[in-house]
Amino acid sequence: MDGEQHHHHSHAATSAHPGHHHLLTVEDLSVSFRMYDEDAPYFSAKQREVAVIENLSVSVHVGEIVAVVGASGSGKTLLADSIMGLFEPNALVSGRMWFDGEEMDAEGLARLRGHGISLVPQSVQNLDPLMKVGRQVEGFGARHGAAEAKAARERLFARYGLGPEVADMFPFQLSGGMARRVLLCCALADEPRLIVADEPTPGLDLPLAVRAMDDFRAFADDGGGVLLITHDIELALRVADRIAVFKDGTVVEETAVANFASPELLRSEFARELWHALPEHGFEAPVAQDDTAMHVGVGEQFTCSPTPRVAFKDEGRDEC
Amino acid sequence: MLEARDITFGYGNGPLVLQGFDLQVAPGERVALAAPSGFGKSTACRLLAGYERPASGQVLVDGRPLPRKGACPVQLIQQHPELAVDPRRRMEATLREAGKVQPELMERFGIRREWMSRFPHELSGGELQRFCIVRALAANPRYLVADEISTMLDAVTQAQIWHALVDECGARGTGMVLVTHSPALTQRIATRVVNLG
Repeated sequence: MDGEQHHHHSHAATSAHPGHHHLLTVEDLSVSFRMYDEDAPYFSAKQREVAVIENLSVSVHVGEIVAVVGASGSGKTLLADSIMGLFEPNALVSGRMWFDGEEMDAEGLARLRGHGISLVPQSVQNLDPLMKVGRQVEGFGARHGAAEAKAARERLFARYGLGPEVADMFPFQLSGGMARRVLLCCALADEPRLIVADEPTPGLDLPLAVRAMDDFRAFADDGGGVLLITHDIELALRVADRIAVFKDGTVVEETAVANFASPELLRSEFARELWHALPEHGFEAPVAQDDTAMHVGVGEQFTCSPTPRVAFKDEGRDEC
Repeated sequence: MLEARDITFGYGNGPLVLQGFDLQVAPGERVALAAPSGFGKSTACRLLAGYERPASGQVLVDGRPLPRKGACPVQLIQQHPELAVDPRRRMEATLREAGKVQPELMERFGIRREWMSRFPHELSGGELQRFCIVRALAANPRYLVADEISTMLDAVTQAQIWHALVDECGARGTGMVLVTHSPALTQRIATRVVNLG
């Protein structure tokens, strides 16, 4: 298509391949949305397709944590949704996915939801606002009975510093960090093979975030797999085996964690920019450069003057 | 001067979240609140911005309590932007809640014109947060309370937004209270750190 080789999955030359089989393989995933032309007058607006994810390939081996880091609004959450088989009604999704060697369709993915693949969702809105959180973590129709589910929930709560009284609270009574921990407990309580964690750590203080990461590490070491979607590179580097750098709906670089030690080892411009923008490093906000930044046509911005500092670098869900 | 004086607060009949909370922020200052998760940082932020009323104690701006009418001189930017906007309103209307918004301000924070006609669920967390920041600034606050506003952003966007926000607040002399779990970010932004824990 674009001169690129399409393997079963792609690796950076340096990335680890432990010899295990693939737990999850995503190949050529594309997601687009059918929406009405936003620039056209209301009644005559035509539908058009807006591609958000294009030809994305990523894989997770058994025993591995793969971190997907990238720009906000580049479609990271949609990747998670696609793996979970959660699609908006106007989404058009194509590509192939294998879980544990089996090719998946939308129905297969829906079956695996909570029974093999668990999601740690990005938004705390994913908790049921009308159900006490203890019940939400314990779940219904538990594999090992209600008593065992309760014991498992208590273990998880204790581990994440949630008091027993938290089980009797409703989501609105939780702080942001507590809600995050509850979401994490929900996923771990399902005893999945693969965890897809979509920004699991915002709002957690550093020791808790590190504990969550260590738990992912332990989970992977026990034969699970983790796809960790995050913008927190420092945290990802702490536990991940490979880093996939995501930009504008596709993976621009898949690299070993060690390469993030220094910007010279990173191949893509965007990965280097991320490195330099970290508060620990330069905290630099790059000015837009023509090649990577300006996917937007002229006239789609408020003015055409060159924007100072805040550049259009993290284009949203409507790359054309 | 933004002041919190000996504030006590608990939600409903629940246990007290804050007791004897004191804080002083001068114009142009950027004060970071540091405490472990669940300590009541977000609650403190909501009290400062007038979202909650303290059970006892006072929040004062230049010696006067927060007004009950009109735009609050202390504006809050929340941790979860998706919870800070009306899901049934287009972004254009959401932004108008703050009155007239200068196009330059939107441009500085990278809001694109085609986002204006969308609903919140059609935008990413980072994109929504830009609207929330611009909406807060458009109300011309004397003080800004930033509660974990960049946790949903990638490093590049985080740097861009903070640079823009610090510049804007510097130019206007707006004081800032911020909460972040990143020590490195605190070090970059804050002029002073207050430890609650």
